[in-house]
Amino acid sequence: MNRAAAREEARAADFARESDQVKAESLLAINLIGLRTIMRKEIKRVSRIWVQTIVPPAITMSLYFVIFGSLIGRRIGEMEGMPYIAYIAPGLIMMAVITNSFSNVVSSFFGAKLQLYLEEMLVSPLSTATIVVGYMVGGIFRGLAVGALVTVVALMFTRLSIVHPWITLSVVVLVAGVFSMAGLLNAIFAKTFDDISIVPTFVLTPLTYLGGVFFSISLLSPTWQAVAMANPILYMVNAFRYGVLGISDIPIAVAYSLIIGLFVALFSLNMWLLSKGRGIRS
Amino acid sequence: MDALRLENLRKTYPNGVEALKGIDLTVEEGDFFALLGPNGAGKTTSIGIITSLVNKTAGRVVVFGHDMDREREAAKACIGVVPQEVNLSMFEKLIDIVVNQAGYYGVPARLARQRAEKYLKALHLWDRRTDIARNLSGGMKRRLMIARALVHEPRLLILDEPTAGVDIEIRRSMWQLMRAINEAGVTIILTTHYLEEAESLCRNVAIIDDGRIVENDRMTRVLRKLHHETFVLSLEEPIDALPQLDGYTTRLRNEHEIEVEVTRDQNINQLFRLLSEKNLNVHSMRNKANRLEELFLRLVENKPANTSQGPQA
Repeated sequence: MNRAAAREEARAADFARESDQVKAESLLAINLIGLRTIMRKEIKRVSRIWVQTIVPPAITMSLYFVIFGSLIGRRIGEMEGMPYIAYIAPGLIMMAVITNSFSNVVSSFFGAKLQLYLEEMLVSPLSTATIVVGYMVGGIFRGLAVGALVTVVALMFTRLSIVHPWITLSVVVLVAGVFSMAGLLNAIFAKTFDDISIVPTFVLTPLTYLGGVFFSISLLSPTWQAVAMANPILYMVNAFRYGVLGISDIPIAVAYSLIIGLFVALFSLNMWLLSKGRGIRS
Repeated sequence: MDALRLENLRKTYPNGVEALKGIDLTVEEGDFFALLGPNGAGKTTSIGIITSLVNKTAGRVVVFGHDMDREREAAKACIGVVPQEVNLSMFEKLIDIVVNQAGYYGVPARLARQRAEKYLKALHLWDRRTDIARNLSGGMKRRLMIARALVHEPRLLILDEPTAGVDIEIRRSMWQLMRAINEAGVTIILTTHYLEEAESLCRNVAIIDDGRIVENDRMTRVLRKLHHETFVLSLEEPIDALPQLDGYTTRLRNEHEIEVEVTRDQNINQLFRLLSEKNLNVHSMRNKANRLEELFLRLVENKPANTSQGPQA
């Protein structure tokens, strides 16, 4: 009798384990399909409004190349042993990646929040990680799409032979990821359209312009060099410049550590905030 | 099995407003359930908590045996919701909105497209599938939200005023659809301001007021609690003064119409006999208000439903 009861218990335990496994597998399947759906939707959005998302940065960057690279750059001569236009090209590409990956996520997520259709995802069984990764992929896609277009524009003005292709690729993807997460963070706290324009105008643009896009920090006095080192964008621009041209003001390992550290911190913070319902649930 | 169980559900907003003051509610599987209440009573907050759009302060939500705190994903997978406010991505095509929603519930792309066609056709929106949501009328947007809520074929469908702003013809076709969905085994919870809609569709009803359930029973039993009805009688000949009808409370509306309250102990034949004795011929008769509406108003105005002297207004 006892043996029969034990067998029954074991069978029930097996069934429970099996049922949990089925549940876990189906949740994984739901999240994979859900992730693909969010990614497809975000990429479609960028492509649908290409006149707003892709064309303006390409025009702006072309003007930078014409004015700073071709016209003023000729008078400047060389920077760190490179023609000035070649020196600023990686910085301008990185600038386009940063601003576009940030603005894609901030406007897409905030728009969904404001028009309430973010609820489509919030009522579904999708995990917070799926939603965060989905929006991040959208931001990375736009960052890389605009970055690729700016690279094409740059190639019209100068020759770029990529010295370290894997470093170039990994840095650009990581930086796009970092600023997608920064955009999401901004969108979570934003309540009005003003809130989503404050960060790009008063934080992102100054940090980018002072982040070594147009100059090497070796031109600065030691005091200002120390101040410049507090700007994370300096590390990103230099890591990318190292990948493309093989020159950098910052040791590449330090730059990688900072970029990865920032990415992990921002991703975790967004996950925590969204799972608590901050800015999205009452 | 219970489709939904709410246990001592409480919600206090950060500004101190106590929206829910301990709600206990059970909805059985397969039911067509009406959740009624005046504006601000706590209906939408309750639905927000069930669909996890609002964080609860205390209590428990169980959907088809899945505790919302411990098995949130499994519980959410069972629910489809049509919210009160339009929450559509206005620049997306109808077909994309519905297919994407299916994707959020793990429905593979091909099946999602088949189901999108099925439900867009059922809601008379298939011809507009490539249009963007912004170009739809208010009623069409509401129908689109129903198609979107159905595409993952939920076991529990929550409809928060789904027919608001929809014309009568479409409303009737939506009632048919809701009945068919319910007959197919889907549990439906409906909130509506059209009380005749709740009376004709729902088997069970809960009335919520000021964050508390004030009535929860079968629709037929709830309606029986209404101990009197008010009728409006149109007279063939005009009258100058209110006729004395012994035992009935009456009110003169105008020279051609009088209102008469009939309690459950009285009968209408007796009323007509009295009217005949006074040579008053009745041309037509109608209920002053929908029965559920009358009961609803008494409950939310804290007036007992079994008094024989109801409001005269």
